[in-house]
Amino acid sequence: MVYLAAGVPLKNPTILAAGILGTNGASMARVIRNGAGGVVTKSIGPIPVYGHSNPSMIALSADGGRGETFGYLNAMGLPNPSYDEFRQEIEFVKTSFTDKAESAPVIASIFGGDAKDFVAVAEGLLPSKPDAFELNVSCPHAKGYGADIGSQPCHVEEITAAVKNAVDVPVWVKLTPNVQNIKDIGLAAQAGGADAIVAINTVRGMAIDIHSGWPVLGNRSGGMSGPAVKPVAVKCVYDLYEALEIPVIGVGGVSCWEDMIEMMMAGASAVQIGSAVYESETIFADVWSGAQHFMKEKGFAFDELIGMAHRRK
Amino acid sequence: MAEKCQCFSGGFPMNAKIIEIIDETNTGKRTLLFDREFENMSPGNFCMVWIHGVDEIPLGCAYKNGVTFQTVGPATNALFELKVGDSVGLRGPLGNPFTLPEKGEKVLIISGGIGAAPLAPLAEKSKKLGAEVTIILGARSESDLIFEDRFSKTGNVLLTTDDGTKGKKGFVTDILVELDLMEFTKIYVCGPEMMMKFVMKILIEKNALDKAEFSMERYFKCGIGVCGACCIDTLGVRVCKDGPVFKAETLVDSEFGKYHRDASGKRIPY
Repeated sequence: MVYLAAGVPLKNPTILAAGILGTNGASMARVIRNGAGGVVTKSIGPIPVYGHSNPSMIALSADGGRGETFGYLNAMGLPNPSYDEFRQEIEFVKTSFTDKAESAPVIASIFGGDAKDFVAVAEGLLPSKPDAFELNVSCPHAKGYGADIGSQPCHVEEITAAVKNAVDVPVWVKLTPNVQNIKDIGLAAQAGGADAIVAINTVRGMAIDIHSGWPVLGNRSGGMSGPAVKPVAVKCVYDLYEALEIPVIGVGGVSCWEDMIEMMMAGASAVQIGSAVYESETIFADVWSGAQHFMKEKGFAFDELIGMAHRRK
Repeated sequence: MAEKCQCFSGGFPMNAKIIEIIDETNTGKRTLLFDREFENMSPGNFCMVWIHGVDEIPLGCAYKNGVTFQTVGPATNALFELKVGDSVGLRGPLGNPFTLPEKGEKVLIISGGIGAAPLAPLAEKSKKLGAEVTIILGARSESDLIFEDRFSKTGNVLLTTDDGTKGKKGFVTDILVELDLMEFTKIYVCGPEMMMKFVMKILIEKNALDKAEFSMERYFKCGIGVCGACCIDTLGVRVCKDGPVFKAETLVDSEFGKYHRDASGKRIPY
């Protein structure tokens, strides 16, 4: 069975989230072999970026560090080698699988400072034949990029429309939760012609080392992911599903099959998984097989699960 | 004595105070010993060392409570400026370590330059486990040589320097070609990538690749296996988590010895 998420035929509805294991083609091919139904690349921009200084990602644990890990903080700073260098990485994934059934779609995550940038990057990557584009208008820690643009509906609509006009593959728009009303941004992306919304990017956050007084991240603050942000993501997906006509892809803290089911019930047509690869490399296969088992046991059809919570009132 | 610590698995930096500084050479190779130790450190593990306000970099664990490094850039230069009593943030022990030998095994350690850092504790642990240890220890010059004493206490050291100021003049490969590798059950390699490339070539020629493990170096960003910055072609394995120690076969037909990626992900040829 092919799972169609906004025009992209996924091998299964678990997708590698942007910024995770997506810097090189070999790594993405490995994630596909480990069970992902699709992969989103590292966000690619118009020129090479070296990113923020380290530490760029830390795990957060309860009880002064002695307890369970509840989330992660990161501020990578959009490191990427530019679209010219990156085409070969997408091509690597696309040519890694001789058996088509083993392969999975590659979604190119792109960013820029304005619509012109976005179009240049999208057109620059097109020859490597990505199956879709995901517009990063949501990175919380890159000045002039990401959420700086993505918190303004007019910019989101303009950029989405410009990329839609330039490419002939589906365009997804990834939103930041760090806004007053995420529905307005979702509606703007929809008005610009987006094929799907991806929600959410990380939640703004910060950690300070109490022994030295220094903010831990090299960028001082960053974005939070992991189990603790899942309720934030579920609420955003729920609200977007209600407000929009286009599909929503849920991301944020998904780390087990129960999370995937919950995200779908909130309205997600598919889920993305990111930081949870920290715990397990086979997370995609595990989540999907667990979800399938649950659906079978409960007698739920896949489509019936999507947005189920909206019908319970 | 360093305080034992097992509660960190690399997620969040723990504060560690420098209790001793040892200049291993007068060429910028230095060991820092901390007041905290990784009780569960296994030879080949590394830790992320956070120099407050500067950067966080991976360094091989040369001791349970210490790292040995050479100055190569802004972060290591800043680390070199620190004094006894100063603090850094430490995350570790991280990564896949060397496979330890069993009692009675004959092992060969091939060390080039600062590659000695993770290999010295491996030699010590191997001897403790009852293995017979041979070390090919290479450096640019006598003044660059580190851990000769540590290695000598664990087994037979075959010394080589590029300029011939100590031991045989030449490279570790000049000694390696002359050895009968049949007698060794495990071969461990760490050093500059070009050195390791030529070591691998000889190991292939001598049909000894299957018993070899190489410790790799790449640019690390997250250091905990999530971001993918250190993944190597063509298997896509992560140097920070699946490595830094790899079975030699994993590196055959890879980017090893050909190119690496910089912080942006751009391929840089060797």
